Amino acid sequence: MANYNTHVLVCGGTGCISAESDLIIENIEKQLVEEGMADSVQVLKTGCFGFCEKGPIVKILPDNTFYVQVTPDDATELVKEHIVKGRKVERLLFTDPETKEKVSDSKNMDFYKKQLRIALRNCGIIDPDKIEDYIARDGYSALGKVLTEMTQDELIDIMKASGLRGRGGGGFPTGLKWNFAKGYASDQKYVICNADEGDPGAFMDRSILEGDPHSIVEAMAINGYAIGATIGKVYIRAEYPLAIKRLEKAIDDAREYGLLGEDIMGTGFNFDIDLTYGAGAFVCGEETALIHSMEGERGEPTTKPPFPAESGYWGKPTNVNNVETFANVPVIILKGADWFASIGSEKSKGTKVFALAGKINNVGLIEVPMGTTLREVIYDIGGGIKDGKKFKSVQTGGPSGGCLTAKDLDTPIDYDNLIAKGSMMGSGGMIVMDEDDCMVSVAKFYLQFTEEESCGKCTPCRVGTKRLSELLELITEGKGEMKHLDELKHLSRVIKDTALCGLGQTAPNPVLSTMEAFADEYLAHIKDGKCPAGQCKNLLEYKVLEDKCIGCTACARVCPVNCISGEVKKLHVIDQSACIKCGACMDKCKFDAIIKQ
Amino acid sequence: MSVKTDLTETKFNELEAYMETIPVKKGELIRVLHKAQGIFGYLPEEVQKYVAKKMNVSTAKVFGVVSFYSYFTMKPKGEHDIAICLGTACYVRGAEKILDAIKRETGIEVGETSADGKFSITGLRCVGACGLAPVVMVNDKVYGRLTADMIKGIIDNYR
Repeated sequence: MANYNTHVLVCGGTGCISAESDLIIENIEKQLVEEGMADSVQVLKTGCFGFCEKGPIVKILPDNTFYVQVTPDDATELVKEHIVKGRKVERLLFTDPETKEKVSDSKNMDFYKKQLRIALRNCGIIDPDKIEDYIARDGYSALGKVLTEMTQDELIDIMKASGLRGRGGGGFPTGLKWNFAKGYASDQKYVICNADEGDPGAFMDRSILEGDPHSIVEAMAINGYAIGATIGKVYIRAEYPLAIKRLEKAIDDAREYGLLGEDIMGTGFNFDIDLTYGAGAFVCGEETALIHSMEGERGEPTTKPPFPAESGYWGKPTNVNNVETFANVPVIILKGADWFASIGSEKSKGTKVFALAGKINNVGLIEVPMGTTLREVIYDIGGGIKDGKKFKSVQTGGPSGGCLTAKDLDTPIDYDNLIAKGSMMGSGGMIVMDEDDCMVSVAKFYLQFTEEESCGKCTPCRVGTKRLSELLELITEGKGEMKHLDELKHLSRVIKDTALCGLGQTAPNPVLSTMEAFADEYLAHIKDGKCPAGQCKNLLEYKVLEDKCIGCTACARVCPVNCISGEVKKLHVIDQSACIKCGACMDKCKFDAIIKQ
Repeated sequence: MSVKTDLTETKFNELEAYMETIPVKKGELIRVLHKAQGIFGYLPEEVQKYVAKKMNVSTAKVFGVVSFYSYFTMKPKGEHDIAICLGTACYVRGAEKILDAIKRETGIEVGETSADGKFSITGLRCVGACGLAPVVMVNDKVYGRLTADMIKGIIDNYR
């Protein structure tokens, strides 16, 4: 067996693969063969490092050098310089935006300093396709411990004491959920992993599945032991081909190693897992809808009770847990409930993974202890707002959540604080917006989403979300009236009170929270016919400034509808009646001669 | 990827062979539809009727399921499918402008296929490549960090 002294970790997450990280690996391997070092240097394709903004990422061990925005063409230089000669390739190192200094060790990067990685512990460290890598990092020892040393009650007590709450959005205590399912006697019970990540802009579940699939397999088996289930099912989005591939391999390998299937580790416990593909329906994140979809039906929710713990998949007791929730389970077993409960805030224990995206410098996947403030997340880890713009709002909880503003920046993030602020944790999408984002349009964006994703079963949601999005459409088109604001509020309340499931009950949140925090913006649209952020097309005009235009003709040439006229070196004019307000001219003008107002 | 509009007997046979590998049909409708869409490229009425008959359920039920899920499509996709991410991260980084540019270049709307069968536009929720936002996928190739003026060049590659 080869004795490796250097390891090259290349990110194999979806983001980096999209930027040709596969080719980087190929080129590095080729170069290593050429240098005769293929036996001493191992190249690993790992899961997501989280720092997607600067992907593709290549990390070289043992000295922990972190290279960013690597291209396939850089492979030769990396091998020749770093590996052969031991010299760091300066130009590919991360530059600290404040000090302008190069940072080579990722431990010294602000992006990682405040993070605590529990659910993401193996992402970016192991090769997800190798079960040996997972086992080398204590993988499957939690399952072994549970099966050989614990009764079902002892296990559930640990889960309860840890304070772990469902990471899919609901925040229900996991230990309690398991206890309910254990309490119902049945000839068959089921463990389901909800991997139908539907929140647009959230990709934590996929990153865990792609980067550390065995942690989910192990946790599901532990859940199965706790409640007395022998069958596990993963409900996964068909749009996640890479996650599916890696999870299938993990299941096959675990089976081969005797860690799934009959008589696991010789303890007499049987448990096996298979996959069911989702087909794209946001409502299927709701557990009853998810179960109907798994049964081959339309994914429509039903009223609870009965809860799935009593009557779930094919009417049998069923536990549905989210991917991130599962990822925490093996660590809790190994390190203990007290350790887990010592992290986080009073009522929200442990950490939370967030997908940080939008107008922020460091887009990526982060994991922080509960109770970390928004300011720390956005400025310390996220590196602040892109292009030096002004922070306006951060949206959490996806289409069910709300917008938080500058005054909420010092709020510690946990389940209860976010609800108190009119938003929610949700699955962990965190979209940062700047001064150029129109909050009425953002509310409309989310309502159009829920309108489309409403399953149509109950009237408040089916019709209500449509009416809400129509009212918002009127306002963004400049046809809004003051009475529309009252209608929006009233309708929102009715939907919240009467919709059947979580999707409908939370659908008005983006409207209510933006109306409260950005009332003046709604008023500006209605009363002044202006969109302060300059985003609503019907409410703005592009104009050429007489004193700045030098007549270079760049705008006229880029205009897709040819509505800009003017001769060379003379003032250009935009024909407002033909302008489609695409903004191409403004982007093109080098002299700041075009403004929107 | 070619336009799979021809509903040949070979394809129906392939689907039938697959369905025979499933011992218990109960609850497996979505699995079968995934396979069917993989074989035919889309799920027209003929295919839905065929699946209904073989699965011993009503055509209405099959249609109910097909129309419920966004992954299933009843229209054939173009030779080159332009999938644009309309998730929130891409939205705030300007996906709307990108979409407008794609519509202008191809002359079709989201969910449509051009008359010559060359292009179709699909709206995606989130590709999970938010670091590259805004993102467009043509067939399986991902184009990230786009601006509207890059669209023409990308689409011209496929003409």
